[in-house]
Amino acid sequence: MKWLLIGIIVAATTVGEVAQALGMRQHGEIRDFRPGAIGRAITLLARNRFVIASVAAMAVSFFAYLGLLTVSDLSFAVPATAITYVLETALARYVLRERVTWLRWAGAVLVICGVALVSL
Amino acid sequence: MRSEHARLRVKTWICAVLVVFSNVFGNFFLKRGMPPELPTPLDYITVLFRPSVALGVALLILWMLSRMALLSWADLSYVLPVTSIGYVFVALAGKLLLNEQITHRRWMGILLIVAGVALVSGGTPQTASKNSASERPKARAAGAAS
Repeated sequence: MKWLLIGIIVAATTVGEVAQALGMRQHGEIRDFRPGAIGRAITLLARNRFVIASVAAMAVSFFAYLGLLTVSDLSFAVPATAITYVLETALARYVLRERVTWLRWAGAVLVICGVALVSL
Repeated sequence: MRSEHARLRVKTWICAVLVVFSNVFGNFFLKRGMPPELPTPLDYITVLFRPSVALGVALLILWMLSRMALLSWADLSYVLPVTSIGYVFVALAGKLLLNEQITHRRWMGILLIVAGVALVSGGTPQTASKNSASERPKARAAGAAS
């Protein structure tokens, strides 16, 4: 049960974060922090299909996370969901077309080792 | 150019601190308000109206908005390692505020995760190789400033 929930959280979060990065990249830098300008930015972002997909994926991830919190410690739940970095690194390489060096892959392997230690 | 650089650095740090602490306390209040089990799907909705859970959700919304703002000028591969220190703070919150037992092995795991997330950045907040690289010089400035 615990690992099924973690699987759902990891998959949904990864999709959500990559979509969020794509959406915000499309929007560009937010420079104006006055309430009116923030409101306009939000209205614009609410129509961005990547941002919409991101919010939907995050909602799935959130409810699965609520379920996980009922059955496990906070100090287990949060580190365990770090597996997202491994998937995100792969998607950053193939979807966002960022250059992924061997150092980043090494980081992803360290995260896997860390999660294994936390869950033992 | 100089002041532009400083402006971006200050903005990046304020936003990063907000991202980290809204996440840590959002998770803490969420966990504090959760019942031992959620037997039916309806319980997933009703639990949202508990004060502690509602506060946690509000903080996580703040987290998501501040993170989106940060991502609008900084790379994902810069944001990830900088905010990974949150894992340590979440563990501390669990230990100090929720009396969770954290074994040495779990601390080792958390530190490995932080190290791993830092490495995922590869040291360089290099942007996507296509189209966006040339139009986003400020993102590299933010990374260099850290």
